[in-house]
Amino acid sequence: MVGGLRIRGIRKSFGDLEVLRGVDLDVAPGEVVCVIGPSGSGKSTLLRCVNHLEPVDAGFVQVDDVLVGYEHRDGRLYESAERDIARSRRRMGMVFQQFNLFSHLTAVRNVTLGPVRVLGRDAGEAEREARELLARVGLAAHADKLPAQLSGGQQQRVAIARAMAMKPSVMLFDEPTSALDPELVGEVLMVMRDLASQGMTMVVVTHEIAFAHEVADTVVFMDDGVVVESGPAAQVLLSPRSERTAAFLAHVRRPRKEHDHA
Amino acid sequence: MLDTLHTLEVVRRRGFVSRWVLGAVLVAVVGWLACTVAASPNLEWTVVGQYFFSTPVVAGVGVTLVLTFATLGIGLVLGACLAMMMQSRNPVLSAAASGYVWFFRGVPLVVQIVFWFNLSLLFPTVGFTPTNQLITPFLAALLGLGLHEAAYLAEIIRGGFLAVPRGQVDAALTIGMTRSVATRMIVLPQSIRVILPALGNQFILILKGTSLVSVIGGGDLMTRAQQIYGQNYQVIALLLVATGWYLVLVTVAGVGQRFLERWAVS
Repeated sequence: MVGGLRIRGIRKSFGDLEVLRGVDLDVAPGEVVCVIGPSGSGKSTLLRCVNHLEPVDAGFVQVDDVLVGYEHRDGRLYESAERDIARSRRRMGMVFQQFNLFSHLTAVRNVTLGPVRVLGRDAGEAEREARELLARVGLAAHADKLPAQLSGGQQQRVAIARAMAMKPSVMLFDEPTSALDPELVGEVLMVMRDLASQGMTMVVVTHEIAFAHEVADTVVFMDDGVVVESGPAAQVLLSPRSERTAAFLAHVRRPRKEHDHA
Repeated sequence: MLDTLHTLEVVRRRGFVSRWVLGAVLVAVVGWLACTVAASPNLEWTVVGQYFFSTPVVAGVGVTLVLTFATLGIGLVLGACLAMMMQSRNPVLSAAASGYVWFFRGVPLVVQIVFWFNLSLLFPTVGFTPTNQLITPFLAALLGLGLHEAAYLAEIIRGGFLAVPRGQVDAALTIGMTRSVATRMIVLPQSIRVILPALGNQFILILKGTSLVSVIGGGDLMTRAQQIYGQNYQVIALLLVATGWYLVLVTVAGVGQRFLERWAVS
């Protein structure tokens, strides 16, 4: 199942606090899944566990049918060597709430660093592709600027290009628009919508209910470290089965009714 | 009256009187001290002039500079390795690096220099070579200074690492880098901006610290000054020669530091 993601029984505690209490999630190739839920529900931790930025306490993650961060041997899951973990992470691109662009490198160097240093690609060829990617996210003119010279929305679009340059099977978005000024949210969502329409497998942790409604195939509502409800976007968002989902949706919809559909 | 007020000239408060009084007092005190020292019949200015550019003194300045840069080089390479080890998740590596810093920062520099110089008392031979032949005063000086300085620079570099936001490493890991590659490619270059001001300070400390190698006859500026006043007893004059040179070198280093910092920020 190339391009698919399988999450099974993920548990994760920080000290005494159990943040994830057994999460299952399947994402089919080309599917867009939006994960919504109140803050502290474990959405971001789930993404960090999926690409092994946080090692899990139990459960496993598979991308393209390959285990992430662990090897299956003698009836146990052994954590892989760091080199192998790094190798399996390449199958997933990640976009962070705070962009996390490499602040000492220009936009185009941010994008080429992975292909050149990690994949060993030819520098000239990588740069040509990087400029193409930056053009696709509307930043051809800003390729040689440092992150500090770019707006938040532009930085986030560079971050998406950086992740895409590794040609991942799955893209993970951790609240990609939460740190942006309201007028910059639209440009980032537009790039994400574009990716989704090209058949990219995506898991998006977001508070943008309108975006989820429009772009997601599946919406997952998480609360208190478990998946409370998941299903087709329209069903979960318009006629939720769980009372907790309904309460959450009522709460987030009330303050901003007219939502940016950009 | 109010409608003409905006046309009046604005005079800012300057505090001229206190500046002049304070300045005059300072000039008087420092001037009196300088004159007293300079006019002392026991201080031979001709001797200062005679030795300032003399061959042994200039050669000593050369040795001081070589020792300073070599120490900085050893300290930076070893210090960067130690800083990375201290960040390591491997408890053996981090404990070893912390232990190194604890020891070499804890033992006075002069003790370390004298120890390396007298290594032959502990190990008469290294392989088949007599230790005394191997450990020249210069090499003993370099070992003492370099190993000592690495401990300080390790702490400075580690502080620089800590100033780099965690998200930078997360981002590096997600594009498939290992932790050690991320440290070299992402964390190290970004920490330079934080490290540089402290490094300039440390450079000046090293520059002056090299004078301690005079206790083993390391051949630096201070060694030469001592050798000369050991023969002609013009102690103060030759200390002034050394002082003048150290101040010149430190001044140049300070200017260089400003340039480097400006370059790093841009």
